[in-house]
Amino acid sequence: MSPFVQYTVQGLAAGGFYALAALGLAVIFGVLGVVNFSHGAVYMLGAVAAAVLLDVIHVHFWVALMVVPILLFLFGVLMERLFIRWLLRLDPLYNFLLTFGLSLILVDLVKRRYGVSGLPYERPAGLDGQLHIGDISLPTYSVFVCLLSLLVCGLVWLLLTRTRIGMIVRASTEDADRTRALGINVGRWVTPVFGFGIALAGLAGVMAAPFRAITADMGSNFVIILFAVVVIGGLGSILGAVVAGFLVGLVEAYGQAYAPAFAQVAIFVLMAGVVLFRPAGLFGRDESA
Amino acid sequence: MNQHVKDSSDVGDTVGTTDGATPARPAVSRRSPWRWVMLAVGLAAALVLPWLIYPPVAMDIAAWALFAISVDLLLGYTGLLSFGHAAFWGSSSYVTGLIAIHWGVPFPLAILGGMLFAMAIAVPIGYLSVRRTGIYFAMVTLAFAQMIYFVANQLSSVTGGENGLQEIPISFFGIASVETDAFSFYYAAIGLILLGIWAAWRIIHSPFGRVLVAIRDNPARARALGYDVDRYKIVAFVLSAGLAGLAGGVFAISHGFASLEELSWTTSGKVVLITVLGGIGTLWGGPLGAATVVTLEDKLASSGFEGTGIILGSIFVVIVLLFRHGIWGTVRDLLLRRMAARRDPR
Repeated sequence: MSPFVQYTVQGLAAGGFYALAALGLAVIFGVLGVVNFSHGAVYMLGAVAAAVLLDVIHVHFWVALMVVPILLFLFGVLMERLFIRWLLRLDPLYNFLLTFGLSLILVDLVKRRYGVSGLPYERPAGLDGQLHIGDISLPTYSVFVCLLSLLVCGLVWLLLTRTRIGMIVRASTEDADRTRALGINVGRWVTPVFGFGIALAGLAGVMAAPFRAITADMGSNFVIILFAVVVIGGLGSILGAVVAGFLVGLVEAYGQAYAPAFAQVAIFVLMAGVVLFRPAGLFGRDESA
Repeated sequence: MNQHVKDSSDVGDTVGTTDGATPARPAVSRRSPWRWVMLAVGLAAALVLPWLIYPPVAMDIAAWALFAISVDLLLGYTGLLSFGHAAFWGSSSYVTGLIAIHWGVPFPLAILGGMLFAMAIAVPIGYLSVRRTGIYFAMVTLAFAQMIYFVANQLSSVTGGENGLQEIPISFFGIASVETDAFSFYYAAIGLILLGIWAAWRIIHSPFGRVLVAIRDNPARARALGYDVDRYKIVAFVLSAGLAGLAGGVFAISHGFASLEELSWTTSGKVVLITVLGGIGTLWGGPLGAATVVTLEDKLASSGFEGTGIILGSIFVVIVLLFRHGIWGTVRDLLLRRMAARRDPR
């Protein structure tokens, strides 16, 4: 029983990263109709930024958790203003290609500056070690990641469902034209929403910093799994992104535990199954509707 | 399901369809002498290339050109962006290599084997992927390609894992110059590439190709006319995978190795870059884009510059923002405008 609980917690921790980043992807897609390929690169930037801040000006992990997402929010705003904006009215594939190009640039810039070997990052005091609950011991950091990502997802959920801003965002996701007709300036929310989605990926990156190897390539595989996550969850769906994120994390963890060779493949098999039996995704609505 | 999808069709600038001069209509009419001039120039370029540049680089250009054309068959003529074509290029390069190593058959046969393998795995991948369109299709194909990558990495007893397949021999009916010299090998292999390009041209200009263009422009109408849209897409996908496999096989034999790099998503991205750079929906775009990117990469590598991704990424950004018709598309539009002005001077 005990190892099973451990795998579950590990899976939920890995799923926390996916859920947070996929949430950002889903929010951006909902409002802008853009699938952001550079999401993996931003996740990587989050982790690298945390490591560099700690190394250069000794910014503590807890502070980085707040500061880095804000920095990346500004980065996202810049990115939207400089690039994304000009292609919003064209086929979404153009922005997909544009953000792919941007992610190539970002990854290589980081590679040139910090090399290909990983940057070090020590686990903050208090989150190191093991947590004992009854006769089960769990790594404290994994539990922390699960709880924090659930908390952030919950907060975003409240933001979207209980505030006026959230209502506007959901309305423009639903039907941008009709929202405009009701006198709401949808265009005004495009830039901040993009920044917000980027910040969520950055937050996932900071949380991954003490947990994963920090390299320029850490986001490359991440973003593809993220795509599998949103295909499974249904790209337009916020809830789908979160649920599928944790689900994929669990599949990966159980896979690593019971069939290590095919842990990664299992994710894509799951995706194939969803595409086969429920093309719109678990929580998605039919495309043609 | 999403508002933005509808928005884009209002504007009319979807990927694949360019503008008034759609790729469906040949830029230069069938009887025009220009057509033969262009064909002659293209053939001559393919034949003198190894005299001008290092022959293995010339071979790379040819292979990437066909690879880009295979992507364009889907993107430009069927309206589907495959972001996972490395799966076919890469798996064919592995299978070609394995056949050449273990059976020692002449290399065109090994490449044929690789190509058939690529087409075989394209059937299930295509069947699943065409259930989604647009951006979803890109994401799903990308994910399946990554799955193939992981499988190849895991089957290291067959594929050599991280090391890849080393020392793939060239066997060609005992003709020593082809088997050892890159210059002669180019002439032995370019026929396969030209055959592939000819096949793509035949597919595009066949009734089947016309149906693909109809599906690209208006899937609902094509369905209403009684065409089984999904089946057409799957067949196009498998044919495209075959061309990508042919190109990948030539690439593997030419380099003498097959590595995981060939299966990675950066390869899928690079071929899409080449296609878009050359010009979507134009057969000439692939060779032009391939010549530009491969030469550039070669120059960058030999000058010791390590940030290839910075350069390629920047090209991508500039092309997508400013020159969405690509090199050939931009040139052709200029030519067409001039020809129209001459015919109808006002």
